[in-house]
Amino acid sequence: MFKTKLKTSPNENDHHLGDLQSTATLIEYGDYQCSHCRSLVFTIDNLVRHFKNNFCFIYRHFPLHTIHPMAEMAAIAAEAADKQGKFWPMHYLLFQDGKNISEETIISCAEKLNLQMETFKGDLTKLELIEKVHTDFTEGMRSGVNGTPTLFLNGVRYNGLLDYDILKQAIEHLQRPKNFLTFLS
Amino acid sequence: MAEPRPTQNENQTLLPNGMLAPDFTLPADDKQKISLHDFIGRPVVLIFYPADWSSVCGSELTIFNEVLSEFKKHNAQVLGISVDNVWSHIAFSRSINLTFPILSDFEPKGQISKIYRAYNDQNGFSSRALYLIDAKGVIRWSYLSPILENPGVDEVLHELETISEQSLEWHPSMNSQQDAHV
Repeated sequence: MFKTKLKTSPNENDHHLGDLQSTATLIEYGDYQCSHCRSLVFTIDNLVRHFKNNFCFIYRHFPLHTIHPMAEMAAIAAEAADKQGKFWPMHYLLFQDGKNISEETIISCAEKLNLQMETFKGDLTKLELIEKVHTDFTEGMRSGVNGTPTLFLNGVRYNGLLDYDILKQAIEHLQRPKNFLTFLS
Repeated sequence: MAEPRPTQNENQTLLPNGMLAPDFTLPADDKQKISLHDFIGRPVVLIFYPADWSSVCGSELTIFNEVLSEFKKHNAQVLGISVDNVWSHIAFSRSINLTFPILSDFEPKGQISKIYRAYNDQNGFSSRALYLIDAKGVIRWSYLSPILENPGVDEVLHELETISEQSLEWHPSMNSQQDAHV
């Protein structure tokens, strides 16, 4: 088995919920048109609610454009919403649309969030945002992301079940430093 | 319905690095056949996978498809191989928009997979194996993945970059084995 480790550590450019210095950090590489990622949203949301302290969730883009033609645009739309301070609300709305994402639904999501629409539409074609999405993808690919969703727990790829209780247990182990190595072995 | 769980042969070993890759010719669809020797002069990545339509195989081929441009930077050809028939391959390939060929090792069943020691007799199909063959037809790297684990592209891409950097350097095994190939 490859020892797949994250090439890019959590940093201030990441979209995160919780303190970046937390003992346990969960990173998801996801795709807004991926049905498994969509299912995971609720699990992650519950984990974030459960671990109020010492847990950080980070979302990075990994749009699989050959099977999900709107995934990249959706990722750029999330970045455009971020420019107006609405990354997470847009993130949740995009996952609600899932496979039905289209240019129209993206615009509709932005309207629901009361984004400044001219700015938002302009940002959808901004090179800076497109590059951010591409960088996430490339760094993910180099870190061993092999599909979506791929999770990393404290920098190590998590190959277990995407189940709330199992993930919760894994995070609890990481929050106890003495158990860190035994959990990974 | 849950997918059947294939078994892993713990004793399986792939062909060694430094060996000339065995040549083969297999159908890519109902009209076209592809041979390994078609790609002499270019690196080749062989992806042996268990079966069309399985979720892990779909994810594995999709990630290679997504980053095909990275392989093209090194002029490398990516080829998938499984024991499924060409009609299954055509439908599967369309369903995930593959832009590289997947070859049918259907009749005699698994013949090429067996030659490459990638076949699993207990399962009746190929294990999940990757080979990197250099521009002179020499196996430079291989990996046998746990059957339920998608190996991703990062390791093979890293190895491809390494052999691309070395491509102008003399390599003793290449000369002797290239002679034997003639």
